[in-house]
Amino acid sequence: MGLHVDEHSNYNVLSRIATSDGHGENSSYFDGWKAYDNDPFHPIDNPQGVIQMGLAENQLCLDLMQQWIKQNPQASICTGEGVSEFKDVANFQDYHGLPDFRKAIARFMGKARGGGATFDPERIVMSGGATGAQETIAFCLANPGEAFLIPTPYYPGFDRDFRWRTGVQLLPIQCHSFDNFKITEPALVTAYQRAQTANIRVKGILVTNPSNPLGTTLDRETLRTLVSFANEKRIHLVCDEIFSGTVFDKPTYVSVSEIVEEEPYYDRDLIHIVYSLSKDLGVPGFRVGVIYSYNDAVVSCARKMSSFGLVSTQTQHLLASMLGDDDFTTKFLAESRRRLSRRHKYFTAGLHRVDIKCLESNAGLFCWMNLTHLLNEATVEAELKLWRVIIKEVKLNISPGSSFHCSEPGWFRVCFANMDDNTMETALKRIRKFVSPGNHTAAAQAKKKNKRWDAALRLSLPRRFEELSIMTPRLMSPHSPLVQAAN
Amino acid sequence: MAKKGVPLSEMATSDTHGEDSPYFVGWKVYDENPYDAASNPSGVIQMGLAENQVSFDLLEDYLEQHPQEFGWGCGVSSFRENALFQDYHGLKTFTRAVALFMEQIRGGRTQFDPQHIVLTAGATAANELLTFILADPGDGLLIPTPYYPGFDRDLRWRTGVNIIPVHCNSSNGFQITLRALEDACAGAESMKVRVKGLLLTNPSNPLGTAITRPVLEEILDFVAHKGIHLISDEIYSGSVFSSDEFVSMTEIVESGGHQERERVHIVYSLSKDLGLPGYRVGTIYSYNNEVVTTARRMSSFTLVSSQTQKMLASLLSDKEFTENYLRTNRERLKKRYEFVVEGLSNAGIRCLQGNAGLFCWMNLGELLEEPTVEGELSLWNSMLHEAKLNVSPGSSCHCLEAGWFRVCFANMSQQTLEVALMRMKDFTEKMKAKQMISSL
Repeated sequence: MGLHVDEHSNYNVLSRIATSDGHGENSSYFDGWKAYDNDPFHPIDNPQGVIQMGLAENQLCLDLMQQWIKQNPQASICTGEGVSEFKDVANFQDYHGLPDFRKAIARFMGKARGGGATFDPERIVMSGGATGAQETIAFCLANPGEAFLIPTPYYPGFDRDFRWRTGVQLLPIQCHSFDNFKITEPALVTAYQRAQTANIRVKGILVTNPSNPLGTTLDRETLRTLVSFANEKRIHLVCDEIFSGTVFDKPTYVSVSEIVEEEPYYDRDLIHIVYSLSKDLGVPGFRVGVIYSYNDAVVSCARKMSSFGLVSTQTQHLLASMLGDDDFTTKFLAESRRRLSRRHKYFTAGLHRVDIKCLESNAGLFCWMNLTHLLNEATVEAELKLWRVIIKEVKLNISPGSSFHCSEPGWFRVCFANMDDNTMETALKRIRKFVSPGNHTAAAQAKKKNKRWDAALRLSLPRRFEELSIMTPRLMSPHSPLVQAAN
Repeated sequence: MAKKGVPLSEMATSDTHGEDSPYFVGWKVYDENPYDAASNPSGVIQMGLAENQVSFDLLEDYLEQHPQEFGWGCGVSSFRENALFQDYHGLKTFTRAVALFMEQIRGGRTQFDPQHIVLTAGATAANELLTFILADPGDGLLIPTPYYPGFDRDLRWRTGVNIIPVHCNSSNGFQITLRALEDACAGAESMKVRVKGLLLTNPSNPLGTAITRPVLEEILDFVAHKGIHLISDEIYSGSVFSSDEFVSMTEIVESGGHQERERVHIVYSLSKDLGLPGYRVGTIYSYNNEVVTTARRMSSFTLVSSQTQKMLASLLSDKEFTENYLRTNRERLKKRYEFVVEGLSNAGIRCLQGNAGLFCWMNLGELLEEPTVEGELSLWNSMLHEAKLNVSPGSSCHCLEAGWFRVCFANMSQQTLEVALMRMKDFTEKMKAKQMISSL
C-alpha cells in the first residue's frame, strides 16, 4: 500500500477557512497571556504574580447560585431527588428546547432588562453560547462578502464569530472620546457611504448594548437613531445584549426591545437580539446562547441552525428550574447589581485618586481606562509599548484598546468582576505605585523613548500592526490554548 | 406603510436545511398524533427515530447508586469552578473518560489519545465542522448510499460543499465497492467538482451493518491513492450486537495503515450508544494535528456544557459500569433485532442481514405498485396514514433501489414494538390482498 500522490493530491491542504487567520488567535498578544499563565497571581502561593484583569467574567455572585442548587437538589437530574426526570431529559433533543426552559429564559430576559419589555418564549432560539448565536445570525442575514457595520471599540471575538466561517465583513463606525464614544448619525452615514463607495453591500448593523469594552448603555435617542437608520436603508439591526443584567447604575437600561414595542412604525422584521447567560449569571461553561428575533423567517432559520449548537438538556432542565424561581431571580439580579456597583465604585475611586480617569460607565464587568497621558506619542506602537510594561513591570494583565479596534491609542479595558476584594486591592496598590510621581520605575521610563526597555522586554512588538489580526485569545470566549484545563 | 421585506441570506432562503424531506414529514405526522398505549392506542407509532431507549435503566440505576459523585448533587463546592470552565480543550477528566470509553467499545484493540479529542455539541456539529475544515464551498464529499438523511443538511447547508453519492445496491448487500467509488469520482470530475474526502458511517445507518475489514482496507487504499480525507462516523460503534464484529477505521490505521493516518478522522457521540441525545456530546478524533487544532478553535461555536462534561466524566470513568453497560446494551439490541426480524418475516417481509444499530433495513419491493420513487413514497404514505406507522423511505436515504425502508426498533417499549409488528402484518396482508384483486 504505497502513497500514490497524483495531481489531485491535496489531503495535507485543508480548506481556505481552516488555513486562514479567521480564528483570531495568531497574535503577538499571546505574550500577554503567557505572562499571566506562567506567573499567575495567588494571594498566598504567588503574591507577586500577574493579576488577570483581561477576563470579562462575572464571579461575584456564584455563591448565590451555589446556595440555590444546594437547596434545590431536584433541579439536578443526577441527585436522588431529581433522577426520576433523567430519562425524559436525556432523551429530549427537540431544537425548540424544553418548554419550561424557554419560558424561564423569556421571563429572565425581561427581568434582566428592568421589566421594560416582555419576551415571547416562542421566539427564543438556542445556540452554543453567544459565540454560536453571533455566527448563526450572520449566516441567516448576510451572504459571503456582504457587510455589517459595527461601532468601535468592539469585542475582538466578533471578528471571528461574525466573519470566520460566514465570509461576512465587519466595517467600523468610528467613535471618539471627545463625545464619550457615542454612536452618532454622521458616523453611521460615513461608514455606510464608505461601504457603498467600495461596492460592499451593507446588510446590517451590529451593536453591543451595554457596550464591551466601554461599559456604557445606549440612550433612547441613539437606539432610535439606529432603528431609524436601519429602516431607512432597509438593513438589519443586531443588538448583542449579553451584559443587560449587569447595569448597576443610572441611566436606566433601554433594550432595543422597548423601542420595538414603543414604535410600531418601525419594521420589527429588522430587529434581532443576541443574549447569553455567561455574563449576567456568570455561567460561561454552560454554553447558553439565545437568538431572539422579531422576524419569523429568521426565527425559523436560526432554529434549524441551532441543531449545530443546542444547549444540553441537563443544563436546560437546571436553569428552567432556577430561572423559573421568581423569588430567586429577583433577589439575584438586585444583589448582583449591588455587588457590581460596589466593585465598580471602589475600583474607579482608587484609580481616580492617582489621576487615572475611566470613561463614565454604568454597566458591564470592566472599566474603560484612559492612559493616554502616559503615552509619549499618540500611536498604537506607544500603546503596545505601555501595555507590555504594564504586564511585565506592574504585573497586571489588562487589554489594550487597539485590540478592540479603538480609533484612539491609550485606552485600556480593565476587568474588575473576576476577582475577590483583596486581589482588587492588590491591583490598585500596584497601579498607584506605577503612576506615583517621582517613581523611577516603569511609568516614568515608559514615557521616554528608551530602547533599553525594548531590549529588556523579551516580548516582541508587531512590526506592521495593521497586518496582524489583533486578538488576544483570552479576550475571546471560549478560552483558548494557553489556559490549562483545570478540574 | 408598505413594508418591503429586507432580504435574509441566500442560505436562509434555500431549502438545503432538508426539512421538507419525507424523513421529517413523517415525524410531523407522528408529532400531531403520537401513539400512547393508554391514552392514544390508535396513534402513529414512531419507527423513524433512531434512538436507543433499551438501556436507560442501567444509567438510572447507576445515578441512583452514585448520587454524590455527580454534577454537584451534594458536592456543590465545585459548582463555581465548573460553571466558569469554558476551555475548549474540555475537562481533562472528561476527555480521558471519552477516550477510555471509545477504547472499550473497540475491545481495547486501539488506543485513543485524549489530546486528540475535540468536543462538539453532538455529532451533527462534528460532521459539519470537519466539512468546513476539509473542503471549500463547491468541493465534494463522497458518501456511500443509502445514507442518513441528516447529512444533506449537516454536510452541505452552511458549508456549501456537495455530496457525491457512491451508489451501493442489494446485489452484494449494499457493500461499498471500488467500482462504485471510482464511478462516483469520475462523475464528480465530469462536473468539475473537486473531491476532498469520503465520509463513511460504520456501522451503517440505515443499513444496520458493520463494514468488513477487507472493505475498510480497500477504502483506505482508495483514499490514499486519491489523496483525499476519510471521515469515519462511528456513532453506532457501541451498538454492534457482537463486539468482535466491529472493525473501526482506527484499527485499520494502526495495523499497517499508519502512513495514512493523517487523513483519517473519526466522529463519535454518546447520543446512540448511551442514549443521551439531549446532552449534545459529540467528538472528533483525528490523527492530524492541524485538523485537531483547527477543529478545537471551531468548536468554540459548539462546546459541550461543562455541567454535562462533569457528570459524564464520573460515569464514563467507572470501568466496571461501562463494561457491563456495553455488554448488556449489545445483548438487548440483538434480542430486539431478532424479535423484529422474526416479526417482519411473519408478515412476509425480508430484511437485510444486519449486525448493528438501532434499526432494520427492510424490503417491501413486492408491495410497490411500481418500482419507482413514486411507488415507494405512495406505499410509505399508506403505511403512515393507514397502518399509522412512521418508517423512513429508502429514497430519503438516497437509495437507488425503490422499496427499501428503515425501521427503528430501539426507541420504544417491547409492548409498543409488538403492536407495531402486528400492524405491519395487517398492513402487508391488506396490501397483498389488494394486489391480488387488482391483478384479477
